[in-house]
Amino acid sequence: MMLLTEEEQAMLAGAQGPAVQKAMQMIVALAEIYSAQGLVPIVSAQVAGVSYKNLGDAGLEFLEEWAAQGARVRVPTFMNPAGMDLERWQEMGIAPEFARQQQRIIQALMTMGVALTCTCTPYLVGYAPRQGDHLAWSESSAVSFANSVLGARSNREGGPSALAAAITGRTAAYGLHVSENRRATHVIEVHCPLCSEADYGALGYLVGKSVGDGVPYFRFLAQPPISSQTKGELRLEHLMALGAAMAASGAVALYHIEGVTPEASYALSPAGVLPVISIADITEGYIALDSPLDEIDFVSLGCPHSTLADIEKAAALLEGKRVKATLWITTSRAVREVAEQRGLVARIEAAGGKVFSDTCLVVAPVEEMGFKAMATNSAKAAFYSPMHSKLQCRFGSLEQCIQAALRGRWTGEDRNLKT
Amino acid sequence: MIRLRGRAIYRGKARGLALVSPVPIGFLGGVDAETGRVIEVGHPLEGECIAGRVLVFPSGKGSTVGSYTLYRLAKVGKAPAAIINARSEAIVAVGAIMAGIPMVDLVDITQIHTGDIVEVDGEDITVG
Repeated sequence: MMLLTEEEQAMLAGAQGPAVQKAMQMIVALAEIYSAQGLVPIVSAQVAGVSYKNLGDAGLEFLEEWAAQGARVRVPTFMNPAGMDLERWQEMGIAPEFARQQQRIIQALMTMGVALTCTCTPYLVGYAPRQGDHLAWSESSAVSFANSVLGARSNREGGPSALAAAITGRTAAYGLHVSENRRATHVIEVHCPLCSEADYGALGYLVGKSVGDGVPYFRFLAQPPISSQTKGELRLEHLMALGAAMAASGAVALYHIEGVTPEASYALSPAGVLPVISIADITEGYIALDSPLDEIDFVSLGCPHSTLADIEKAAALLEGKRVKATLWITTSRAVREVAEQRGLVARIEAAGGKVFSDTCLVVAPVEEMGFKAMATNSAKAAFYSPMHSKLQCRFGSLEQCIQAALRGRWTGEDRNLKT
Repeated sequence: MIRLRGRAIYRGKARGLALVSPVPIGFLGGVDAETGRVIEVGHPLEGECIAGRVLVFPSGKGSTVGSYTLYRLAKVGKAPAAIINARSEAIVAVGAIMAGIPMVDLVDITQIHTGDIVEVDGEDITVG
């Protein structure tokens, strides 16, 4: 039997108005469906389902009605990327009608008090949770990062349920809010060295496919010894790519890495033997994600949103050159601002590239822009693009993608074995 | 007459002809939000209209944005009169609450057949 506090019961009975009542009805229904013992107060919420491309008029109308009913968030709450750069949408080739509807969605969310972050990497721009914090986040790669790398606790909420959690300040205490469910379900032994973010993405694609919604525990056996101080060669971007890929090809919301992530020592229960998956080669991941395209007219980096380090790398590779393909680097507003102050945006845009904020190729209406062949360094984007954007793509490292943008064709080592 | 008791996900009273699907329904891309017709290619209910029916299916599937499809259906008067699931999940449950559609789960749905007259009242269901 689920226990609700007096305040929670009052919310459910409508004592705080119809908007809160509706939100509480959703949270309580989810708690019942997933057999939660009760609700847990959350520290923050992150709301996916911001792009008009995904929400359509149905979502837009609901958000406007909820806002008009008086729905207001009571914890820090931030938006996932929208379907366009909110300021430079014309440069992206977005239709005015799309832009108008997108602005209405943003307005409704802002009326509710949701912060205009428009990013899948809130943890990079001042909203990093602490270990043990309970959250209601919904963007799958952000949920993975918060759980795995930061040790916070969030299920993969739906967009509406994350908003309901923000409005009530609570979520249902099941799944990854419960310590026991944070233990590993599979051990993944990786015997090959991994170099680029694309390598980690290819690995993540393979692991997500085989563990589904399990909790993988990684041992990187071919990497240089990793100490928890230096984290070896493992970069932030590698962790982001790994988690995003597993959350796309599977439903992985939490992973552990031996000697690196905060709950790794807890993850292996003293009792019980876990299935071991041994990976000696990630070529299969590349085969699945990389299509044998030669000419490239669109290159997209920034899924998850680019870090400052990646923008710096791209700027250096583009220095004094000129792109032949359309190049988008998508990031959060906050990171773009810093990149602008450091002159990185000017260097990239002098080479003909574009640094857009607030959006990414997964949620922008890319299918309406007439591109024929894309290159990306994101396994998640490569996985979704054929479905969401009707685009086949080349999948490789940031360096390979920048080369493709400069030459208008894919070059370099060809890992693709598709015939 | 058969009486069934389930768990109320969204309490309400409704009455209508049953429309039963033996397989899950995904609302985003699976049901036309303006007409209430099932448009998923190859779905057993493809071409059927869910408006005003007591819609019976094992469980939801697909994108969480599907919750909004249920809301839209209610807005344009094409929502089902009630929803009965074997086992509810987040997408349909949240959608039913948004849209104010009475919904019950944990029901043996093999007891209900397309065309039966079904009445839903809270967690109680009467068939026939």
